[in-house]
Amino acid sequence: MRKRSPYPYWFVLPAAVIFTVLFLVPTIASFWFSLTNWDLFDASFIGFENYQQFFSEPFLLRGVVNTLFFAVLTSGAKTVLGLLLAVLLTSGMFAQGLQRSIVFFPVLVSTIGVGLLFTELMHPTEGVINLALGAVGIPGPGWLTNPKLALFSVAMVDIWRGVGLATLIYIAGLASISPDYYEAARIDGATRLQQFWRVTVPLVRPATTTVIILSLIGGLRLFDLIWAMTRGGPGFASDVLASVVYKQYQAGFYGLSTAGNVILFLLIAVLVVPLAFRFYRKEVDQ
Amino acid sequence: MKDRLFQTTALTAVFAVFGGALAAQEMTILVDNNPDTVAITEALTAAYTAKNPGVTWEVEARAGGAEGDNIVKTRLATGEMADVFNYNSGALLQALRPSRTLEPINDIPNFGNLLESYTQTVSDGDGNVYGVPHQAAMGGGILYHVPTYEQLGLEIPTTWEEFMANNAQIASETDKAPIIQTYRDTWTSQLFVLADYFNVQAEEPDFAAQYTNNESKYATTPAAKKGFDRLQSAFEAGYFNADFGAANYNDGLRMVATGSGVHYPMLTFSIAGIQQNHPEQLNDVGFFAQPGDSAEMNGLTVWMPSTYYVPKGGDHTDIAKDFVNFVASPDACDIIIEAVGASGPLLIKGCTLPDDVPTAVGDMMPYFEQDGRTAPALEFLSPVKGPALEQLTVEVGSGIRDAQSAAELYDRDVEKQAKQLRLPNW
Amino acid sequence: MTRRQLITGLISLACAFVIFVIPFIFVFINASKSAAETARLSFALPQEWRFWQNLVEVVQARDYQLLLAYFNSIVITVGAITLLVIFGAMVGYVLQRRKSGWNKVIYGFVLAGLMMPPAVVPTIWVLQGLGLFKTLHGMILIQVAYGLGFCILLFRAFVSTIPRDLDEAAIVDGAKPWQVFFRVILPLMKPVTVTVIVVQSITIFNDFTHPLYYLPGKENVTVQLTLYNFQSQFVSQLNLLFMNILLVTIPPLLVFIFFNRQIVAGMTAGGVKG
Repeated sequence: MRKRSPYPYWFVLPAAVIFTVLFLVPTIASFWFSLTNWDLFDASFIGFENYQQFFSEPFLLRGVVNTLFFAVLTSGAKTVLGLLLAVLLTSGMFAQGLQRSIVFFPVLVSTIGVGLLFTELMHPTEGVINLALGAVGIPGPGWLTNPKLALFSVAMVDIWRGVGLATLIYIAGLASISPDYYEAARIDGATRLQQFWRVTVPLVRPATTTVIILSLIGGLRLFDLIWAMTRGGPGFASDVLASVVYKQYQAGFYGLSTAGNVILFLLIAVLVVPLAFRFYRKEVDQ
Repeated sequence: MKDRLFQTTALTAVFAVFGGALAAQEMTILVDNNPDTVAITEALTAAYTAKNPGVTWEVEARAGGAEGDNIVKTRLATGEMADVFNYNSGALLQALRPSRTLEPINDIPNFGNLLESYTQTVSDGDGNVYGVPHQAAMGGGILYHVPTYEQLGLEIPTTWEEFMANNAQIASETDKAPIIQTYRDTWTSQLFVLADYFNVQAEEPDFAAQYTNNESKYATTPAAKKGFDRLQSAFEAGYFNADFGAANYNDGLRMVATGSGVHYPMLTFSIAGIQQNHPEQLNDVGFFAQPGDSAEMNGLTVWMPSTYYVPKGGDHTDIAKDFVNFVASPDACDIIIEAVGASGPLLIKGCTLPDDVPTAVGDMMPYFEQDGRTAPALEFLSPVKGPALEQLTVEVGSGIRDAQSAAELYDRDVEKQAKQLRLPNW
Repeated sequence: MTRRQLITGLISLACAFVIFVIPFIFVFINASKSAAETARLSFALPQEWRFWQNLVEVVQARDYQLLLAYFNSIVITVGAITLLVIFGAMVGYVLQRRKSGWNKVIYGFVLAGLMMPPAVVPTIWVLQGLGLFKTLHGMILIQVAYGLGFCILLFRAFVSTIPRDLDEAAIVDGAKPWQVFFRVILPLMKPVTVTVIVVQSITIFNDFTHPLYYLPGKENVTVQLTLYNFQSQFVSQLNLLFMNILLVTIPPLLVFIFFNRQIVAGMTAGGVKG
């Protein structure tokens, strides 16, 4: 008789059942439902019509483009600002610990709360931001009502909210760089700037990858902040895939909504998964 | 003949009940869980029981929205429907296939009390009428600030030109916003288009039927496209409040009630909102229909009330029909008004509203009292309605997109709905 | 500390204050004003502090809906966390201890669960089929399904720091696998468990999107949904809206003050070790 392992696979079972039923099954089913005209009771196969619609209807396509723009912009800004803040917050300056906490706290606050707060601050005629600008003689723009600005304004708020996490990850990354490297660089006569580019940037690469992965995923999937601030408006100016998916769901176009979901799925699969797999493989093989 | 036969049976039933020959009859009624609907239904059934002590009612509330649709459809299909139920009038009713599932009520004694503008939204192609309204109708038009009109000596406009002339005068003589728009609540942006339907129908009487059959389009029917054009011209004239992109529905109510804005295109259910938020200013707000091209054809676009229906094949169809007959009487109107107040006309002849209705409700009444001055909104005539209209009207009203392009995109948007409903010709 | 570090510190503190703290002070000030005063938002201190009245008014609004919302949110959070900790720890334990070809598959699913967007409408379809749509226990299971990836990664990393000798000793003593896990391993995982609880409870408590899809209905409101719905109800009463924002900000603030270290550990975990 084969000896039973002291680490039986049934330990995995409860998690596997929940995950399979509530995540895997819907995900696999979504590929089928995205090819149908679906109202939750009847689904009739219509081929790729939903996808065709997605890429031919200007306001659906707009959502795809906006999603990419938003994800790249916020993830780039969080990476750059996060690294700079982390360097600053590890320089041993005054009130360093307190400042770390201040920068990080917005990460924990409800996104809806943040969104509603900034919607009021960005009100075109009565918001504090424009009143402050007006006080120094600058006419403030319609942050959320100008179609050219709306998505950008939401992105700014997302960066405000998320940069603390990037900073935190970079701080941990910086801590793992041995001081010997800086010592050696100094002996070679490297300036502070050169140390930053030659030592810090290459050696925090793992942290950079983490920040990019996390913020890309967050940016591509973002829904709650957009929904709290603009609901995709004005018009379709700040619609992203997740808000399009929700709107089509509300309208009862379940097939179309699911097609949007699959497109988002594929975007992440193409943009993020290769990055993540290269990165996490080390951990798997560990 | 048939009528008299029914009357006789109904009378017999009633006599029998009074005579105590029949045991007490327990009836069921299924309504949506909107508090107003439940309050009205409870008041009406209680009054019916008071008149007919042998009949008692059990009011069953169901969910609203798409889930409610499904409950109604399933229970009709499986023959488990209550003796009476409520549902939308208009295009949604057709999805219930009324000629197969519902009892026509053309033969109730009070049938003549129902206004024709209403009955056409609850009938099938063969002239069978299926329902009786239990709520007031709503109008879609322009709320306006009465003191400003008096102060500037303005007349109620009956054409779009006069309307724009009033706006011009308001803009030049006051610092008030001539037109209030509130795009934070995107749905409010649709009113100029939706409330224009009376004018569309006046010019193109067959538009709804052709639209449903995929023969007419907004973009290629000049009369239909005018709603979009009007929105565009109002934006281009710069008549909107400065914060139109960020203001919301309640801001709009405040502006029209306090006079910081003068015209607010809106549905009349909002009068209840003004009553609640700004009770002192309630009578400063008046109402008129959205004007069109010609003063001779001036009328109101109407949102039809929710309706009681009797399912086919029930065990107590006679009592159920007697109940809806009672609802179609002026007595029932009084009960409804007592239960939830007077927000608009009840579409029953002989119904009178109390004298102290809000100004805007009083302004709306004359349209209903004259023949041919109301038309149902398009959504009561055609099931084809797209979900993106409110975003498109925000775009037109914000100058992001012109009327022509918005109408074309909306025509594409409705295709999705038509296909989802599996309509013929799409 | 050099003078230079002091000056940079002061300048940077001032910037951090303006950018990150002032918005919250703004919330607090405006939550204490009367409705008429908040009609024009400003930093001016309230003429009359109405903090307590506003608080009572927000709590009482719509038949104490906020209390119901807190109740629902707490039920969902506590229920989901309990299952996440037990099931996640079980998987992390087996995954770390038992090397086999299955591990790669499990890993693939864990990463997919971390990264991939859930297919919402098909999930509703599954929930309806199971009779779990619009129920709190359905919502709990959803949060478990979506949170498992994170928990498994954290637990697995921690198990690798527990010496194998411990479980082997217990096995030699004749303990059954589940006894080894629940009596020996789980108690040792307290530090990482605290991290998981803190981080996941904030995530689940702050979740807006999933309750919006899977938990519609007036009696099912959660804190975030209430906040969202209140924005249309409180338009002419921004003071109450800000009070509401304040109320949802305070729980994470308290958690942050008490569990700062665990949050930092949890949020940076799995990433930087390389």
